[in-house]
Amino acid sequence: MTTGSQNRLERRGAVHRLLRDRDPNLLIVAGLGSAIWDAETAGETPLNFYLLGAMGSATPTALGLATAQPDKRVIALVGDAELAMGLYVLATIGWRKPANLSVICLDNGRFGETGGQVSHTGVNLDLAGVAAASGIPTVRRVNDDAGIDELRDLAMAGPGPVFGLVEITAAMPPVQMPIRNGVIGMARFREALLGPQALKE
Amino acid sequence: MVEAVNSDWKDQLYDSIKALKIRQVVYVPDAGHAKLIDRCLADPEIDCFPLVNEFEAVGICVGAWLGGRRACALMQSSGIGNAINALGLVHSTGAPFFAIATMRGEWGEFNGWQTPMGQGIPKALEAVNVVVNRAETAADVIPVTEASGRLAFNSYLPVFSLISQRATGAKVF
Repeated sequence: MTTGSQNRLERRGAVHRLLRDRDPNLLIVAGLGSAIWDAETAGETPLNFYLLGAMGSATPTALGLATAQPDKRVIALVGDAELAMGLYVLATIGWRKPANLSVICLDNGRFGETGGQVSHTGVNLDLAGVAAASGIPTVRRVNDDAGIDELRDLAMAGPGPVFGLVEITAAMPPVQMPIRNGVIGMARFREALLGPQALKE
Repeated sequence: MVEAVNSDWKDQLYDSIKALKIRQVVYVPDAGHAKLIDRCLADPEIDCFPLVNEFEAVGICVGAWLGGRRACALMQSSGIGNAINALGLVHSTGAPFFAIATMRGEWGEFNGWQTPMGQGIPKALEAVNVVVNRAETAADVIPVTEASGRLAFNSYLPVFSLISQRATGAKVF
């Protein structure tokens, strides 16, 4: 095990604490699966964009969004296996270094949605170590409320890019489905961010 | 050495990118794109950076569109397969996706390791409902690429402009 600490946070409470009193300048891209339910229950807003498929693409999507919107703050909220599937994006973030991007990875060491099989982070893979080795300058490993609060401050105001590994338990809180249609999800996000004229582009 | 071909398009592609109002260019490099990459890197109005893997290109370009910018991905035929799984993101969101890919493994190819993807990838793209427009000769490259970009952004489709090995000039060892 590379994650040495015994303490682990309950995922939903951790995400809700991270997103409390949410700043209107914050944009979230959440990847499948439970990260989406966590973000949805924390407060529904058009400025959440959910990827219910294309596993591994949530963080690249957040990177593209962050570079297109340098005056906003962007969080990629992803599970450990979702991020690991497209792991090399951390190297690209380390190259481009978008100051407004935070990757927050909820790490339960499991493939949670598929039956709780042990994932690579549960055995040998240290995603925070990979992030640091990829040149991401601010990396935190978080497993208590104070760590969440610091991560929240870094995501909203700190120099980015930021990588936060949130160590969570394997517990699976109830699913709350968001809008599942990606066309609707994208249209409402773009309208909320860019104004109604964006729908005519 | 390469077979003699008219390579004016290698300079003109940058003008096409500008005419299409593309603000973000991501790439896994290929020699055929080298001039375009250099010019995009030198342009402060274009956010241009390399990828480790073509898979990232789809998410980054869709993310840029989510944020109000047009993006373009540059790659070689040998890596297009890496992007296919991510293309579900384009179909599922209705975002445009525009890629310019240089072909290997076809016109007079020397390296047989290039042929599996070079021969197969256009059919694979069509199988996942991506529009494939092919520039067969050097004279085709600019009109085909500009039409591909317009189709992608105006009609919200995934479109690949494939630049044939005949246009890039087959490597001769």
